[in-house]
Amino acid sequence: MPASSTAPRLPAPRLTDQLKAGLDAPICLTWEITYGCNLACIHCLSSSGRRDPRELNTAEAKAVVDELRDLQVFYVNIGGGEPTIRPDFYDLVDYSVSRGVGVKFSTNGSTITADRAKRLAGSDYVDVQISIDGADAVTNDAVRGAGSYATARRAMDHLAEAGFGPFKISVVVTRDNAGQLDAFEALANGYGAQLRLTRLRPSGRGADSWARLHPTQQQQVALYHWLIERPGVLTGDSFFHLSALGEALPGLNLCGAGRVVCLIDPIGDVYACPFVLHPEFRAGSVRDAGGFARVWRQSDLFLELRRPASAGACASCGSYDACQGGCMAAKFFTGLPLDGPDPECVKGHGEALLGRVAAGAAPSPGPGHSVPVRLRTRPGPVGASK
Amino acid sequence: MDEAIAARSPNGPTAPFDPTARYRLDPDVALRPEPFGALAYHYGSRRLTFLRSALLAEVVRDLESHDSVDAALTASVPEAERPAYRRALASLADSRFIRAC
Ligand code: SF4
Ligand code: SF4
Repeated sequence: MPASSTAPRLPAPRLTDQLKAGLDAPICLTWEITYGCNLACIHCLSSSGRRDPRELNTAEAKAVVDELRDLQVFYVNIGGGEPTIRPDFYDLVDYSVSRGVGVKFSTNGSTITADRAKRLAGSDYVDVQISIDGADAVTNDAVRGAGSYATARRAMDHLAEAGFGPFKISVVVTRDNAGQLDAFEALANGYGAQLRLTRLRPSGRGADSWARLHPTQQQQVALYHWLIERPGVLTGDSFFHLSALGEALPGLNLCGAGRVVCLIDPIGDVYACPFVLHPEFRAGSVRDAGGFARVWRQSDLFLELRRPASAGACASCGSYDACQGGCMAAKFFTGLPLDGPDPECVKGHGEALLGRVAAGAAPSPGPGHSVPVRLRTRPGPVGASK
Repeated sequence: MDEAIAARSPNGPTAPFDPTARYRLDPDVALRPEPFGALAYHYGSRRLTFLRSALLAEVVRDLESHDSVDAALTASVPEAERPAYRRALASLADSRFIRAC
């Protein structure tokens, strides 16, 4: 079902135009609370691995929650890294819920024991999302690391046995799993879970794996039709560039970066969206005077992102209204101009441009907090697989 | 963007909307003023909805203080616009953002 919008008086400005001008507070706020992770997925959007000594401490994190409550942010999407490895993780979750800020957290499942699942099942306003990137161990583990499929399935078993209710199974669609959509759906149905499919972006370590892993044009078309037939499958509105293929997919078809979406990273830096961890899209820090609210409402970057953007090379495309030129992060990290087609433009315009980006010309997300390859062992240095 | 936007459907059928009855904001719903009107979030269904006029937001907020939906509309909405507002409220009742008292 699409964003329900209740507009008694017509003609009103289009909702997307109103949203592009920005909101008083974000709708979709992602808060990555640690860069530490026991896995090392090859498409990790935040290049996570090691914790950062500058990460917000418990008191600072609670102060962020207080601010979100004051801004009436209804819920926050907590991720990482693997958020549950923070010793204060459930303390922060409880604190947030008690302040009226609902929590949805993403996890690789490694800490969701039977006992933990029972406790989660008892909490309202906490949603859990388990990530897998293949419908079988071979496909999944190639991306997320050996044993990670079994770990995730064990977590799902625990949640189902505990009667948690409809948790989410979150899948990044890749070239290797795009043929497994029916299997993912069956898996979710088997658990009474909700399937969530999202788009692979060339962000973080994804910059290195994107070219090989992003779905082919043919797969994109098949995905589009599959999604059109299943409006109940969640997508985080991430495939709106596919709306150029015909009828619009459900959801808000626009890039929400800095307008309705943003990211607070583990050290409190605020970025336009979780997929643009790069200095160019850093708007400020929750540690700055004025805190998060000031960054959201007054940072130069966010104000700039809310100004009407030119359609650039997409202007002559009849599908611009539906597709909006796609994802800013995908363009940025593949070296394409931001006011032009998405690298996965369904009309092939992005692909044509990609061929002309000189090797090494695309901005690099940098190594981030990846564990240096020669030291990479599992569990990681902040080992959390217990 | 977000899942709340791709809404979950409410569980089970809702009672038909009755504009002669008194309604109120569901206790699980929070309203946040925005330039276009308000955002409404349902903590139970995790559903988000955009109330796309300041007047609609006001009507929804004050529903409870009127004996009926129609009375609430008569009190603050220009006559010509009442049918549209009634439809808007019917859809909010259907998705359980408002409920009969
Ligand atoms: S940059 Fe891409 S991922 Fe980020 S909000 Fe825009 S469309 Fe979504
Ligand atoms: S040319 Fe631009 S607007 Fe048209 S489909 Fe491609 S990305 Fe979308």
